[in-house]
Amino acid sequence: MDFNHTEDRIMLKDMVARFIADNYGLEERNKVAASAEGFSRDVWAQFAELGLIGALFSEEDGGFGGAGFDIAILFEELGRGLVVEPFVASGILGGTMLSMLGNYSQKALIADIIAGTHTGALAHGEPSSHYDLSHVETSAVPDGEGWIVNGSKAVVLNGDSADSLIVTARVSGNTWDEDGLSAFLLPATTEGLEIRGYPTIDGLHACEVSLNNVRLGAETLLGDSGKAYPAIEMATARANVALTSEAIGLMEVCRDMTIEYLQTRKQFGVAIGKFQALQHRMATVLTEIEQARSAVINAAGRLDLDRVEREKAVSSAKVLAGRIGRLVAEEAIQMHGGIAMTWEYGLAHFAKRLVMIDHQFGDVDYHTARYVSLSRQAA
Amino acid sequence: MDLNYSEEELAFRDEVRAFLAAELPSALAEKVKTGKRLVKEDMESWHAIMNKRGWLAESWPVEYGGTGWNAVQQQIFDDESCAAGAPRTVPFGLKMLAPVLIKYGSEEQKRTYLPRILDGSDWWCQGYSEPGAGSDLASLKTKAVRDGDHYVVNGQKTWTTLGQYANMIFCLVRTSNEGKRQEGISFLLIDMKTPGITVRPIVLLEGSREVNEVFFDDVRVPVGNLVGEENKGWTYAKYLLTHERTNIANVGANKVSLAHLKYIAENQKIRGRPLIEDPIFAARLAQIEMDLDAMSTTNLRLLSSPDSVANAGPMSSMLKIKGTEIRQALNDLTRRALGPYAMPFVSEALETGYNEEPIGPDYAAPVSQEYFNNRKITIYGGSNEIQRSIITKMMMGL
Repeated sequence: MDFNHTEDRIMLKDMVARFIADNYGLEERNKVAASAEGFSRDVWAQFAELGLIGALFSEEDGGFGGAGFDIAILFEELGRGLVVEPFVASGILGGTMLSMLGNYSQKALIADIIAGTHTGALAHGEPSSHYDLSHVETSAVPDGEGWIVNGSKAVVLNGDSADSLIVTARVSGNTWDEDGLSAFLLPATTEGLEIRGYPTIDGLHACEVSLNNVRLGAETLLGDSGKAYPAIEMATARANVALTSEAIGLMEVCRDMTIEYLQTRKQFGVAIGKFQALQHRMATVLTEIEQARSAVINAAGRLDLDRVEREKAVSSAKVLAGRIGRLVAEEAIQMHGGIAMTWEYGLAHFAKRLVMIDHQFGDVDYHTARYVSLSRQAA
Repeated sequence: MDLNYSEEELAFRDEVRAFLAAELPSALAEKVKTGKRLVKEDMESWHAIMNKRGWLAESWPVEYGGTGWNAVQQQIFDDESCAAGAPRTVPFGLKMLAPVLIKYGSEEQKRTYLPRILDGSDWWCQGYSEPGAGSDLASLKTKAVRDGDHYVVNGQKTWTTLGQYANMIFCLVRTSNEGKRQEGISFLLIDMKTPGITVRPIVLLEGSREVNEVFFDDVRVPVGNLVGEENKGWTYAKYLLTHERTNIANVGANKVSLAHLKYIAENQKIRGRPLIEDPIFAARLAQIEMDLDAMSTTNLRLLSSPDSVANAGPMSSMLKIKGTEIRQALNDLTRRALGPYAMPFVSEALETGYNEEPIGPDYAAPVSQEYFNNRKITIYGGSNEIQRSIITKMMMGL
């Protein structure tokens, strides 16, 4: 048992922290977030050059990491910097799908993703799927050698700027079946694809995707037809390790800002941190953050275990990060008072992202129910 | 980062398992697992078995007869002991007094008292709290006045756990009213048979007798029984609080409590189906289990971290808070799982040798009394509110 990171990972962490401190101020970040694509191609290229995208891939795939703790340590720092570039969309979701399902020529794209010259996105969730991973109504009907795809995809992270989309569709079975799902890799320019991009409340970008009689050639299919579910689940698991790690970074920024504020803000002639009502709220926040960190360590460390153990740990981390993320965000705002309500002060941007993480890939309630069902499968 | 036990740690765990399988009497384990009341002889016999193996003083250095185990080994031992149904060792001498003696006691005190803790000659109890000094321990008033070769002690201690079994008590007493309150406190070892000491039981809310009041009326204590220096007792008492890192979260006991709750929830039925399948109940259970899994890792993070007080202080307090909150949540959900059968309370059913038919399911009898009894855990050892104040003081300098 060892709770220390390897030297390589500590170097990675320090490098990201330094880059963010030097180049990624909050004001600049907000300006970039408000741009058309919602992130900076320049910065993305620099991240690629530093090897940060490659850190999300195994050596086999041309990267130099890819394990749970590589994801965790990188995303914690990205959280601290409130980074908007498409690490989750392209690196984790797109990358995992390609890595698990792609054939030799499809996998060639991974090198471009790692180089930052190509971005991917996963178009999986649908307007009525909530967070349910197997709920897919979008259909793919065989058509000659290829397929005709119809349906809608919802809140696709960075799908509006992606060069390629990975679209999931049902080739057989009922709406909620795990079996019968296929994944297709297609250029964003494919005819019949309608993409409506928009900003999100926490400074990211997403899109709605309509597929109207989209004709896809046989070469677009990723992996075996109807067998995409395990890769979707794994991509989501890795995304949740990333997001919960990001949440830890965000929590610690909120924590540090609040501690400093409690030490310096004076009311009734004393620093407000002298008031026990606030001290005890802060102590709860500090205690719960350690719980969240432990849950994320468990998920990152169990990412290679059997499915049930892996997914239980992931759901558990998402539940704790969701519950505690909301606690930290709300308490940080409340303890600051009015100043936290302003755009300019900064805290709110971290708080918004922290709360919205619960809306990506399953919230507290969804993952609690999922944990219960996984526990029953194990019994 | 590696969440798995190392080869050495696994080998150690196997050794512990083998010991427990061979040496833990099954009747005793059965008593523990079914929530029966343990009597003095139960605890003494388990101490003797552990001492024979050389494992009683798990946290002491080897030179004083301890195991020399590191913190992770101690945690493994605790997990395994709990899982096997071993009784908890009595902490007052082993875990509360001994570390203070080892660090601050005279050679003679160490030579005299440490072996007697190991072989069971002495049963210690703790004289800290007073009727007017609970969470604000430094306001204690029991006073010790020097008179030749003796201190004369007058006052009252309370909440003295298992004081009815003890022949020795370690006390915080006031030896000075000058300066800061904390600087007038001394640490005294007192023989319970000394004339002037009276022990009176306090019956707790669920009817149990585990705590006492101890009265001191002109009790003469040899000055040789002072630990360390006069008026430095607060430092010694605090040393224990900030250095006690093992087992503060009671992870092993919490895991056993969770497993027992699952067993009950599988056997309780609602509309013909096991209660554990009820979605609301299952969600409550899952949330506790997820919290416990995270806390178990928080605990190991603390145990494997370098031995720095700066880190141990707030983390210990956090673990005390989480460990007790989780335990109370488990006790609460276990009680609710029983439905109406949480109500019947036949106190004798908790005694060994009770042969009547149980009322309701056989696991029901101890559940509600444990729920009520464990309201104490967020109050004692520095209430959870005191812990919160410690956390902010240490982490925010406020």
